[in-house]
Amino acid sequence: MTLFVTTVLANAGTSGAMPPQASTIAPEVDGLFYFIFILCTIFFVGIVGAIIYFAAKYRQRSSNDRTSAIDGNHRLELLWSAIPTVLLLVIFGWSFRIWLDMSVPPGDAIDVRVTGQKWSWSYDYPASGCVGVSEIVVPVGEPVKLTMSSLDVLHSYFVPAFRIKRDVIPNRYTVQWFTATEVGTYPVSCTEYCGTGHSIMASQVRVVSRPEYEDWLANDCGGGDKSGEELFRDKGCLACHSVTGSKLVGPTMLGLYGREETLVGGEKVLVDDNYIRESIINPNAKVVQGYDPVMPTFKGRIKDRQIDAIIDYLKTLK
Amino acid sequence: MSHAVANSAHGSQHNDHGTESNYLTARKGLLSWLFTLDHKRIGLMYLVSVIVFLLVGGLFALIVRAELMTPEGDLLDPDTYNRFFTLHGAIMVFLVIIPSIPASLGNIFLPLMLGAKDVAFPRLNLASFHIYVVGAMFFLYTLISGGLDTGWTFYTPYSIETGTSVIAATLGAFILGFSSIFTGLNFIVTIHKMRAPGMSWYRMPLFLWAIYSTSLIQVLATPVLAITLLLLIMERAFGIGIFDASLGGDPVLFQHFFWFYSHPAVYIMILPGFGVISEMITVHSRKNIFGYKAIALSSVAIAVIGFLVWGHHMFTSGQSEIASALFSFITFAVAVPTAIKVFSWVATLYGGSIRFTTPMWYTLSFLFLFTIGGLTGLFLGSLATDIHLHDTYFVVAHFHYVMAGGTIIAFLGALHHWWPKITGRMYNEGLGKISALLVFLGFNLTFFPQFVMGSHGMPRRYHSYLPEYQTWHVISSIGSFVLGAGVFLAVCYLTYSALRGKKAPDNPWNGVSLEWETATPPIEHNFVTQPVATRGPYEFDEIDTSSGRSHH
Repeated sequence: MTLFVTTVLANAGTSGAMPPQASTIAPEVDGLFYFIFILCTIFFVGIVGAIIYFAAKYRQRSSNDRTSAIDGNHRLELLWSAIPTVLLLVIFGWSFRIWLDMSVPPGDAIDVRVTGQKWSWSYDYPASGCVGVSEIVVPVGEPVKLTMSSLDVLHSYFVPAFRIKRDVIPNRYTVQWFTATEVGTYPVSCTEYCGTGHSIMASQVRVVSRPEYEDWLANDCGGGDKSGEELFRDKGCLACHSVTGSKLVGPTMLGLYGREETLVGGEKVLVDDNYIRESIINPNAKVVQGYDPVMPTFKGRIKDRQIDAIIDYLKTLK
Repeated sequence: MSHAVANSAHGSQHNDHGTESNYLTARKGLLSWLFTLDHKRIGLMYLVSVIVFLLVGGLFALIVRAELMTPEGDLLDPDTYNRFFTLHGAIMVFLVIIPSIPASLGNIFLPLMLGAKDVAFPRLNLASFHIYVVGAMFFLYTLISGGLDTGWTFYTPYSIETGTSVIAATLGAFILGFSSIFTGLNFIVTIHKMRAPGMSWYRMPLFLWAIYSTSLIQVLATPVLAITLLLLIMERAFGIGIFDASLGGDPVLFQHFFWFYSHPAVYIMILPGFGVISEMITVHSRKNIFGYKAIALSSVAIAVIGFLVWGHHMFTSGQSEIASALFSFITFAVAVPTAIKVFSWVATLYGGSIRFTTPMWYTLSFLFLFTIGGLTGLFLGSLATDIHLHDTYFVVAHFHYVMAGGTIIAFLGALHHWWPKITGRMYNEGLGKISALLVFLGFNLTFFPQFVMGSHGMPRRYHSYLPEYQTWHVISSIGSFVLGAGVFLAVCYLTYSALRGKKAPDNPWNGVSLEWETATPPIEHNFVTQPVATRGPYEFDEIDTSSGRSHH
């Protein structure tokens, strides 16, 4: 217990109860969070204090103890119904005001489309014709609107530093927005359970200055300069394909290149550049024996030069 | 004691319960148990099943916690991990918490506390248990036939696509639902029609009000779960396109259906806990309950309002913003009756003569844990803060403080409170306190760090996680082992005491509700003659009525 309390205090010293604040909405949410936190602390201390006081004062002294005949008090009961009601209304009203801000994206927001897919995120920038990007880069201080949808099951797009989260659903768009206030890199996680790779369905938001953003849009958008290893991770391949030899949902990539695989149905195939390319674009055409045809296609979501980079990376896994 | 019951022929100080033997020994043989119509035997069979599944569900939780000791997923592969947390949740919700107090202790004590010979429909009661066993078998089949990896919530479209045994598990939950409906229906009729002479509504023990409210929800909400699960089965088997987006269905509709049952089910789980707390806090402090009517009617209020808050599970789901705001508002409305109950229990201690028995330790433990569970609900009922906390460990911690810190702790307390009456034997008080302390410390150690992780952004249902959370996860895992040891210890000494314990007197705690008026263990037909309720359930002899009732 001592260890526990010490750890709590140590962690409370280095950071608050919430992650760093990096969006315009974050301080508002945190203000309400700490208000509720203080209210709860007051009520908790009051209730537990009363229990401990009563437990000590009214513990059994002898078997002949007489006890109080009090069985209610209308004034007290009215009071402790009314006070929580008022406080709850305050919390609701305060929260509702922030909720309205969170729910209505500004008209001039930068549009980014987010696509969730087992188990990776990809981004399109419709205004600049940049599609299938595996990272999101946004300018600091400008509102950004995310229009999101899923290609398979439910996902949820959560950026703790921005205090935003919204489910990502197949056949429907959901929207959320933010204005980042600090340059930096902020983790994104999937918070709606989506199967095997749920816990590694991560991404990050890179917040940069306006000139840097324009430069990125013009030159780097599309992630062409990423290494095969980074792409392999960012596209979510690691969820099913280990690079260490262990068998996951799909075959391991260790020593894959140049190996002869037996397919479902008994046919054999040599793993070369073309087989890997086909397995990315049309994954269920040639499924290796012992595995299920469950891999989603990356057609339209990956560029040729990215496939090249991944193939070159796989060749190194020996 | 004798003046609580006008028991003309046998009203001596030492109750004479005639020559009839007790319900445990009245009949012999396995079949006399499996096909018994005696509510006490049915309740006891429920009790044993619930405890067995509590250990199974707990074992899955401990394996999950062991995996989470390190940030990498090294102990289990992701698919096994997903199956284990799903099975933990599904077993605990459907096979443990929902039937825990009502079907086991409710079955045994509802007729006794009412002064009735049995429930209104004994055959329906037996059918309910048989159906529970069939439902449980479907879950066991799920365990051995590839498991289940959807989470206990079965969200579509994942539950339509996954290769695990969704149909077996949902059929199991569907069947268990009928067992729950039968029990609820039986209890409602029994309370309406079979109260002893003198047992007016406001003279009923508060446990019965809680069970009554619970039964209302069971009967009204469970059919919706049945329909939802049936639609999910049809979706998987025949592709009817209700929830499947690729067929034009709406996966979010499933969440509305699911929570329309499962939110009221939260109250199915917690209200009986409230009920036993009212019994234990009065008996072990020798005080009348503070605010009987407020506690009784707030149970009914919670049951009714609880039907209109399901959308608070869906603030991030893409449902309309206005709907979310309404659901948030109504959610805060449920908080008020809940707060009233907690204040009333604390006030009950005032001026009492508090005995620190094991049931009282559990009662105080409940008040501590449930207060944390309830207060942290405010962060989640509030729209703006919920967006950040939804589907993080904060939610996991919150509902464990309510469901386990509330219901399971109340269940364990009630088990000790009524153990002498059920088995005729006393448990070991020293071991009882050690186990209550282990459970309390282990529980806080397990779940308090999860609030911290959650507000920092640690999502739930993660097999691997960022290294920054490791300290908290390690504390949480250690806590879970302590908690597990506490529960396991309780099961051990309770089992031992049932066989070898000291013989219990008829009324070890000097309770004045009717269940203490009969023999220990009760005779097969509960009472020798029809008992009559002549005073309230908490009017103890110690209460000093000489100064008159304080009612101002």
